[in-house]
Amino acid sequence: MELDFILSKEEEKPTGKTELIYDLLIIGGGPAGMTAAIYAARKRLATLLVSKDLGGQVLVTAEVENYMGYQYIEGRELVNKFKEQVSRFPIDQEIGEEVEELSQEKDVFSIFTKSGKKFRGRTVIIASGKRSRSLNVSGEERLIGRGVTYCSVCDAPFFEGREVAVIGGGNSAFEAVLDLVKISPKIYLVDIASTWRADTVLVKQIEKEKKVTFFPRHRVKEIKGKERVEGIIIEPLDGGEEKSLSLEGVFIEIGLVPNSEFSRSLVNLNEAGEIVVDCSNHTNIPGLFAAGDVSSVPEKQIIVACGEGAKATLTAYQYLLRLR
Amino acid sequence: MTLLKDEVQNEVRERFKKLTGQVRLVNFTQKIECHYCEETRRLTEEIASLSPKISSRIYNFALDKEVSQQYKIDKIPALVVEGERNYGIRFFGIPGGYEFNSLISAIYDVSRKATDLSLESKDKIGKIDRPIHIQVFVTLTCPYCPSAVTMAHKLALESEHITSDMVESAEFPHLVNKYGVMGVPKVLINEEFGFEGALPESSFVDEVMRAYKSTKEAKDKS
Ligand SMILES: Cc1cc2nc3c(=O)[nH]c(=O)nc-3n(C[C@H](O)[C@H](O)[C@H](O)COP(=O)(O)OP(=O)(O)OC[C@H]3O[C@@H](n4cnc5c(N)ncnc54)[C@H](O)[C@@H]3O)c2cc1C
Repeated sequence: MELDFILSKEEEKPTGKTELIYDLLIIGGGPAGMTAAIYAARKRLATLLVSKDLGGQVLVTAEVENYMGYQYIEGRELVNKFKEQVSRFPIDQEIGEEVEELSQEKDVFSIFTKSGKKFRGRTVIIASGKRSRSLNVSGEERLIGRGVTYCSVCDAPFFEGREVAVIGGGNSAFEAVLDLVKISPKIYLVDIASTWRADTVLVKQIEKEKKVTFFPRHRVKEIKGKERVEGIIIEPLDGGEEKSLSLEGVFIEIGLVPNSEFSRSLVNLNEAGEIVVDCSNHTNIPGLFAAGDVSSVPEKQIIVACGEGAKATLTAYQYLLRLR
Repeated sequence: MTLLKDEVQNEVRERFKKLTGQVRLVNFTQKIECHYCEETRRLTEEIASLSPKISSRIYNFALDKEVSQQYKIDKIPALVVEGERNYGIRFFGIPGGYEFNSLISAIYDVSRKATDLSLESKDKIGKIDRPIHIQVFVTLTCPYCPSAVTMAHKLALESEHITSDMVESAEFPHLVNKYGVMGVPKVLINEEFGFEGALPESSFVDEVMRAYKSTKEAKDKS
């Protein structure tokens, strides 16, 4: 591995004011939330950005080749550019805070964070994106950090010389396999579908690897192990016999779920858990807007999330003008 | 050839303009049997050259035994970031990749002798009156790890009883085995207690307090 030194942009910003009723609260600091913040600052809205981190999914994206202006840019580098742009504006920020609840009383929305902070605003943009989906099988949660992982770039090095399973059939699953073939003696690729959804180039490359055994149309029933992962039980979808594979690592790469739980009691979600929006980012609640991956907008891409963030602020601005 | 690219150097130099107090980087190294010793030493010197507020000292782990013992260094490469006093802020293994951020944050906080921890957190850890040793295991490719390392280092700066280490997993496979690390960030408190993942400040502090209380009770009973 090449040794490099990564410097993230500084975050030294005014923090949230509990006494104030903000014009706009933005939940989430990914591409959608950061763009929304810039548009809000340019409209001189009193704005607070509350997020667990700045960067969102782009922080874990190795390379981006479809964001305009850059033929190729590393994800973290793009995050730095975004942060730099946000840092030029005096936007209040609460980074490292997780929103646990969103409520509304008359015309004022309140958000409550896990650490016990409360902030209020006349409008809210939810831009909380998505996170890794879990399998929801027995053993999974208990064995996180003990062989079960959702971040293959972070944790692959711990599985040198160990047999592992990768669960999933999309690009991130195949990319995890690509990392693991260099260090692991045997890799099981288990996916529920019968055809792979990853890019053909990637699939062709992995299919040549002798170390990889494929289990399409299989479901994971259980992850076994006391202190650490010792194996998994999988079963074919069409009712054949279940198999027990003994292995030490389970890399779960089965897609994403929207971070919309905190808004569930207030706003309409679709069956995927996404916040339902119209083409101007309105939800069913006046004054409450959503943008990016957490919303029902069809395409989940950085450039789309940025555009949606911008639109959401402009719509919120129009709404605030009418209130005055 | 420098380890740090020109643009990174410039950025760091710019950021170091905000340093107020003197910072000393104390590096323990050795020529043989160490993966990134050489690079860690060079990094130490390069960083020190980027601000008049930063000085560096390089010690040989084996030959300068007394100093190594004084700093309680048990493995290398090791880098201690100290200011007015030694706060117990240490890096074992090279702070490269994403961990470079943790190093720059530690220098910044030590120089200013202040952290941005909440009053509530400072209050809680102010009660600690016994040694607490926090180890944060990382990989250099983990984007979530610096927040855990920086949190641990801030606690060390605020409490004279807390010592906090970043431990780079690839450099110390025996520790990875000993503690069964299979995912990062992994935080270990006093060897016995720990958790996986990057927690927000309040939960991190609560975990430290829980570990403190358990060791205290065990001690009180015996
Ligand atoms: C591995 C990978 C590779 C990808 N590659 C590309 C690519 O090459 N090109 C491309 O265009 N797109 C790519 N994408 C998709 C792209 O990253 C997303 O579409 C985009 O990041 C969505 O932006 P967002 O702002 O809507 O959400 P996110 O990026 O998910 O950001 C959400 C933010 O909200 C915060 N948050 C979540 N819950 C809470 C809460 N309760 N309280 C406070 N804050 C919260 C999160 O911490 C985060 O900061 C990739 C995604 C992944 C995972």
